Amino acid sequence: MTDGATVPAFRRGVKFRFDTVREAWVLLAPEKLFMPDEIAVEILKLVDGARSIDAIVDDLAARFDAPRDEIATDVIATLEDLSTRGALQL
Amino acid sequence: MSVPAPAPPMGLIIELTHRCPLQCAYCSNPLAMDAPRSELTTDEWLDVLDQAAEIGILQVHFSGGEPMARRDLVQLVAHAAARGLYTNIITSGVLLTDAAMAALLAAGIDHIQLSFQDAHAAPADRIGGYHGGHEKKLAAARRIREAGLPLTANFVIHRQNIERVGEMIALGEELGAERMEIAHTQYYGWALLNRDALLPSAEQLAFVNGVVAQARERLNGRIAIDYVVPDYHAARPKACMGGWGNRFINISPSGKALPCHAAETLPGFTFPSVREQRLRDIWASSDAFTRFRGTDWMPEPCRACDRREIDWGGCRCQALAIAGDAAATDPACHRSPDHHLMAEAIAAAGANTVLDFVPRRLNQD
Ligand code: SF4
Ligand code: SF4
Repeated sequence: MTDGATVPAFRRGVKFRFDTVREAWVLLAPEKLFMPDEIAVEILKLVDGARSIDAIVDDLAARFDAPRDEIATDVIATLEDLSTRGALQL
Repeated sequence: MSVPAPAPPMGLIIELTHRCPLQCAYCSNPLAMDAPRSELTTDEWLDVLDQAAEIGILQVHFSGGEPMARRDLVQLVAHAAARGLYTNIITSGVLLTDAAMAALLAAGIDHIQLSFQDAHAAPADRIGGYHGGHEKKLAAARRIREAGLPLTANFVIHRQNIERVGEMIALGEELGAERMEIAHTQYYGWALLNRDALLPSAEQLAFVNGVVAQARERLNGRIAIDYVVPDYHAARPKACMGGWGNRFINISPSGKALPCHAAETLPGFTFPSVREQRLRDIWASSDAFTRFRGTDWMPEPCRACDRREIDWGGCRCQALAIAGDAAATDPACHRSPDHHLMAEAIAAAGANTVLDFVPRRLNQD
C-alpha cells in the first residue's frame, strides 16, 4: 500500500535529466520515455530514494499555493502512475 | 514553401548488423539482408552517434540481427553513454559472456533487452534454429541481474508457442526481470513469409489476453508487462513507430535511414544514407521522412477520423503488404475498406496444418 511513509525511488535503469535540446526535463526508462508535466517535474525532483511521500508533500506545500490535501492527492496519483508504468518503485 | 521544422526525434534504432547466430522464423528483418561487407564502419557509427546527440535524440537502441556480433559494440556504447544518450541493447544473449558483460557495464550500458523464443529449451531452440541457445540465454539473464542492470525479458508469441505463455511469464519472474514484453509476432520480413505457420487463431489470442491480464494484476507495481497484440485480430491499428517520422530514426547496417525498420519493402522510395547526408537534414527534410509525416498525406477514412493523431493511420508497410498500397489506411483498422483481408489471412493460417517454416538465413553469395 502506498501511504505517506512510502519512500519512492527511481527503478534501476531509470534516469531523470534535463535535456538541453528541448529545454525540458525527461524521464528515461528501459525502452520508455516520459515527458513529465510541470507538476510531475517538481515531484520527481524530490524523489531521491530517501524522502518519504509525506516529506515530498510538505516540501511542495511550503512552496506552492495549494491545499496540502490536494497536493498529496496529486503526488500519490503521479507516483502510482509512474510505478505502474515501471519507472518508479513504491 | 516552408515546412515547419519537426520536433526532434526521441529514439535512434541502430541495426548494427544483420548477422545473427539464430534463425528465428518470425524475425522481422528484411528477406534481403545487408551483407557484412556493406556495414558501416566504427568511425561512421561514432559520427552517427554524435549527430544523434546533437539533434536531441535521447535513447539509442543497439539492435540487429545480433548487435553483439559486432566487435565494436562496447566502444559504441561507451561513446553513446559519454554523449549522455540512454543506451539499450536488444540481444538474443547467446554471445553475452562474462567478459562481454563486464565490458558493457564499464562502457555505461543502461539496459538490456533479452529475447526468448519459448519457456523451454527444446521448442525454443527449434524455432531459433540454434542448439543450446536457450541455456545460454538463461545464463545471460543471470549475468545481467548479477551486474545490477535492469532486465527486460522479451517473448515473441506465435501459434507454435502460444499455449506456454503462462510458463514464459513464470520464467521471466524467476529470472528477476523488471519488465516483460509479451509480443505477438509482427508480420514483416521473415515472419510474413512464414505467416501461415505462425498466426494464431482468435481462440488462442483470447487465451493469451486472459493470461496476460491476470499476470498484470498479480505483478502490478513489481514487474511491468508490455503486451503487443497482433494486428490481424485487432479492430484498430497500432501507431507504428509512434507515427511516421515522428519519434524514431532506424538505421540499417549499411547506413540507410528508415522511418521504420521494415520500410525498405516500400517501393518508390530512396532512403537517404548517413554516408551521404547529415542526420539533421534527413530528419527535417528528406522525402523518405516527410512523405507520411503528420496527417496531410492521409486518405479517407483516416483524414476525418478522430484517431488520426493517435494511431497516425497505422503501419505503412502493412498497408503495402496487405492492401497493396503504402498510402492506404492500415487494413488492421475496421474502417479500412481492406479490413476483410486480415480475416482472410487468419482463416488461411487456420486451414494450414503444416507447421513447417523457412528459417531466416543470410544469403552470402
Ligand atoms: S529475431 Fe531471431 S534471428 Fe532475428 S535478429 Fe532476433 S534473434 Fe536473430
Ligand atoms: S480510420 Fe485511420 S486514423 Fe481512424 S482509426 Fe482507422 S487507421 Fe486510425
